[in-house]
Amino acid sequence: MIGSHRERLAAVAGLAVLCMLAAACSNSNSSGGNGGALTASAPGITAKTITIGSHQPLTGIAAPGYDEIAPASNAYFQYVNSHGGIYGRKIVYKYLNDQYNPSITSTVVHQLILQDGVYAIFNGLGTPTHLAVAPFINSEHVPDVFVASGCECWNNTSSLPDTFGWQLDYVREGKILGSYIEQHFKGKKIGFFFQDDEFGQDGVKGLSYEIPKSQIVSEQSYDPTNIKIAPQVAALKAAGAQVVVSFSVPAFTALLKLNMLGLKYAPQLVVSDVGSDPITLAGLLASFAKNKTAGFGNSLTQGIITDSYLPSLGQMSNSWITLFTKIYDTYLKPKKIPFDGNVLYGMSVGYTFVQAMFKAGKNPTRQDLINAVNGGLPQGVAVAPFAYSSSDHNGITGAYIGTIKDGVLVADTGVYVTDDTASGAITTDSTPQPAAPASGIPKP
Amino acid sequence: MLPNDLPERPSAGDTVSLPARAGGAARGPLRWRPPTLARHLGWAVLGAIVLGLVTTKLSDFRDYEIAQVAAYLVAVAGLSVLIGLSGQISIGNGAFMAVGGYTSALIFIHLHWPLVVIALAATAVSAVAGAIFGFAAARLRGPYLAGATLLLAVALPSLATRFQSVFGGDQGLGFFVSVPGFLGVSFSLSRYQAWFTCGFALLALVLLANLIRSRVGRNWRALRDDEVAASLAGLNVARLQIRAFVVSAACAGLGGVLLAVVVGTVSAGLFALSLSIQLLTAAVLGGLGSLAGAVWGSAILVLLPSYLQNQSISLGISQAKSGGVPIVAYGVVLIAVMLIFPGGIQGALSRLYAWGRRRPAGDHQEKGST
Amino acid sequence: MVEFLEFTLEGVSAGMIYAAIALSLVLIWRGTRVLNYAQGAMAMMTSYVALIVINHTGNYWLGFAVALAAGLILGAAVERIVIRSTVDKPPLNAVIVTIGLLIGIEGLAGVLFTSNNRSFPPAYSISGLSVGTVALGITRNDIFTAVAVLAAAGLIALTFRYTSVGLRLRATAFNAQVARLLGVRVGRMLTLGWALAGLLGALAGMLVTPSTFLSPNSMDGVFVLGFTAAVIGGLESPVGAVAGGLILGVVLSYAAGYLGGEVVNLFGLAALMLVLMLRPNGLFSSAPARRV
Repeated sequence: MIGSHRERLAAVAGLAVLCMLAAACSNSNSSGGNGGALTASAPGITAKTITIGSHQPLTGIAAPGYDEIAPASNAYFQYVNSHGGIYGRKIVYKYLNDQYNPSITSTVVHQLILQDGVYAIFNGLGTPTHLAVAPFINSEHVPDVFVASGCECWNNTSSLPDTFGWQLDYVREGKILGSYIEQHFKGKKIGFFFQDDEFGQDGVKGLSYEIPKSQIVSEQSYDPTNIKIAPQVAALKAAGAQVVVSFSVPAFTALLKLNMLGLKYAPQLVVSDVGSDPITLAGLLASFAKNKTAGFGNSLTQGIITDSYLPSLGQMSNSWITLFTKIYDTYLKPKKIPFDGNVLYGMSVGYTFVQAMFKAGKNPTRQDLINAVNGGLPQGVAVAPFAYSSSDHNGITGAYIGTIKDGVLVADTGVYVTDDTASGAITTDSTPQPAAPASGIPKP
Repeated sequence: MLPNDLPERPSAGDTVSLPARAGGAARGPLRWRPPTLARHLGWAVLGAIVLGLVTTKLSDFRDYEIAQVAAYLVAVAGLSVLIGLSGQISIGNGAFMAVGGYTSALIFIHLHWPLVVIALAATAVSAVAGAIFGFAAARLRGPYLAGATLLLAVALPSLATRFQSVFGGDQGLGFFVSVPGFLGVSFSLSRYQAWFTCGFALLALVLLANLIRSRVGRNWRALRDDEVAASLAGLNVARLQIRAFVVSAACAGLGGVLLAVVVGTVSAGLFALSLSIQLLTAAVLGGLGSLAGAVWGSAILVLLPSYLQNQSISLGISQAKSGGVPIVAYGVVLIAVMLIFPGGIQGALSRLYAWGRRRPAGDHQEKGST
Repeated sequence: MVEFLEFTLEGVSAGMIYAAIALSLVLIWRGTRVLNYAQGAMAMMTSYVALIVINHTGNYWLGFAVALAAGLILGAAVERIVIRSTVDKPPLNAVIVTIGLLIGIEGLAGVLFTSNNRSFPPAYSISGLSVGTVALGITRNDIFTAVAVLAAAGLIALTFRYTSVGLRLRATAFNAQVARLLGVRVGRMLTLGWALAGLLGALAGMLVTPSTFLSPNSMDGVFVLGFTAAVIGGLESPVGAVAGGLILGVVLSYAAGYLGGEVVNLFGLAALMLVLMLRPNGLFSSAPARRV
């Protein structure tokens, strides 16, 4: 027993001070501590790098156009890496070719997760391809963020809790286009032209929610492996469709236009965002146009109505376009990739990922990333807000309608926001789009 | 004229009964060989033990690759028998894989039978499909048969698009198998997939091996070598041909089920025309008519492309270009192997083995077909 | 009624494209007894060559001529370097070699030119023609395609039947050993056959690529249908190739127009099986059906 009461008090006080000192020293190693060191807090994360993986159709029938998306995302990541990275870590983006074949998708995703140990799967492209791997990714508890597909199936918090969509899904898009048509083409005969897969069918589902049945005179589908679509176009013409709504990929939008020329059939063309990129269309139709108007486009795309959930590439004053043009000039122009809608898409989804990673914290676990998205993300490049919450894994919720004039998309309306149910209302979103950060990198 | 076309000689002890030894050994020393079925089963059991040990030691990803190889192996082996033994070409076995895959997924979703029963049922359905097509195509030869099977491969999967509500269209049908309880909670899914697919693959190989050495197999070879002579000798050509189609379709169907087990969903994109072409190239690359050849062919088919892509990336070639490199390489490999080793890999190995033993290649035909 | 007319004309113009591919396949088959699965891919390559020339010089017909020449050279080169060594081997080896070529050429195009779809100029205007106020659904370019294909078919038929070169080509295919004994330069005939087929393939590529846009896989779908058309018509005759193309084109056009795009392939298969069950060697084959 030590001596007096005073000595015991001094001993206790000294012990307390020692404990506090010890706690302060060990604090610097815990995650989230300010000014702390970077640790390997999860598979795929080291002190210096974050490795993410993806499956993309780099060759094969789905490759045209879509093979630009991953290099564009990578360009944005390289920009971020050269400006400090994410809390000092560089993003390593490993995207592997799956040739749009679900069996190969399964192989490369197994490799990325089991062998390469990536932190997350980012922007996996394609509905049938990603559906083949989403359950596996979820069973390994790997974040499956921002799938590159407009299927509503990524919003499945019970079976696919770690999977998140990103782009405006096709049903919502159909509703927004359908509502616009219902208002502006009252009484006219409407025909549908759509790809015979989930992309086209979901689009038609959305359109049918808004356009009165009495106006729909013909629904023609096409198989993407068969370019002879003249009979379908002739059928649309025979039904007397005055407005043709097309849920098609750019090649088939162009073919639709060409076949209409061949039939001397000139209805108003309304095209979904996927198939309406003015630069891609102009490129495809370049050899057929009689006169090339100055600037980007030509006469064959003039007057096409479409929707978009990202700013138009023609809006040179938009801060996002300025930022991305700078990044494009540095990283993609030397590779002779055109600056079209696919590149804009790739950079935009890359931006959202960087936002999410900053929100996940300095030494994030995989669950931290999922929690970050579940907590909602600012809309970034998109014109409408994200739906992200712990009960909704859908991405962008709205779009604006525009017309292609002189090869550039010009907005005609404000932003419409909706959900993907039959009765969900379509409302206008009047919040102005936030400007791009001056540094080009989202604030942590 | 196809490779391995030297006349089959019955192996000693197989079907010939010989006089007792005591009567005089004019024929020379006899080697007793166990009956064919027992021999094949023995190899299968050995294979099962080896595979069981190997999959336990290897990583999950390697187990997954083994499962994939096993799935394709069954289909490639069936096709190899069809082409190598009966002389009929098919660029459409992907369609039969689709039949097997979709049937198993539908049964799984609607009837919830045990997985093994599903596999057998789906194989039976594919066999029926093979019989139907074989009957329709019984009079077709050479390029005409090729054209018919080619269009079959293209057209059949589009049934899935036509009947969306049944087949799930583009999205396909989910087929998520989970590890059965008796294996324990921590048994990895990849290893279970490997065991399931390898188990069925070994079973299929045993049955095929027996078939190859049976009377039916000999009749097929007779048919392949000279159809007119075979017909004159009393063989029912059409029935033999249909039977060959049934066998190859059944194998392809089983392969489709196994592929569905491995991938976890069944959709039209899994069974595109490229699948049928890959099966054909794998069968010929490995060596027609030979089951070992089917193993080499499937292994190359599954493992080579991703190996090349990874090598290409690590060599610093841009990821965009690395996507295309394996494709060019596979084409070059096909051409090179066909020009240098017309008998495929197994043919080359047999020749090497024969050269090593310094005997003419012909003596080793039957060894080559296991 | 107008609809029916439009479907029919569209089917005919589509059929001409299939016939173009079918002709080149028939030529190779009759000349060398090999089926060239890489025919479409080779046509795709020559179209890329043409596009480079057209973009550099601004002259379409120069590009057209260069494409045909490239087709000749490519066909001859492929035969000489790759196919020749498969002559005395099992026929399936030649099939696999051509499949290897298909895969390799498409892969190479992807690496050299990227997978992007490129616009390809047509020979003539693609705005529709009409009789009075009735739009016919075909264009000047379609008429040019039909004329080119028919002319090619006619030339091939005449060559095979009436010239000594044609006779030598047929002899080589029928029985190379005997032909050699009779003094035919078998090697040269094989190369010639492939070169001519390469030329025809290049022609088909120039005619169809404006509709498919040019990319490494652009000829895949058309090739399958061209192959089907060749089989329907019987691989032995150029007339059969054209007939097969027309029949297939028209059937598929009615199917797509009246029933919808998803059933097109199924109807193609049905048409093919129907023809083959009645005539196992195609419609215009002269070989008797084998009784089984």
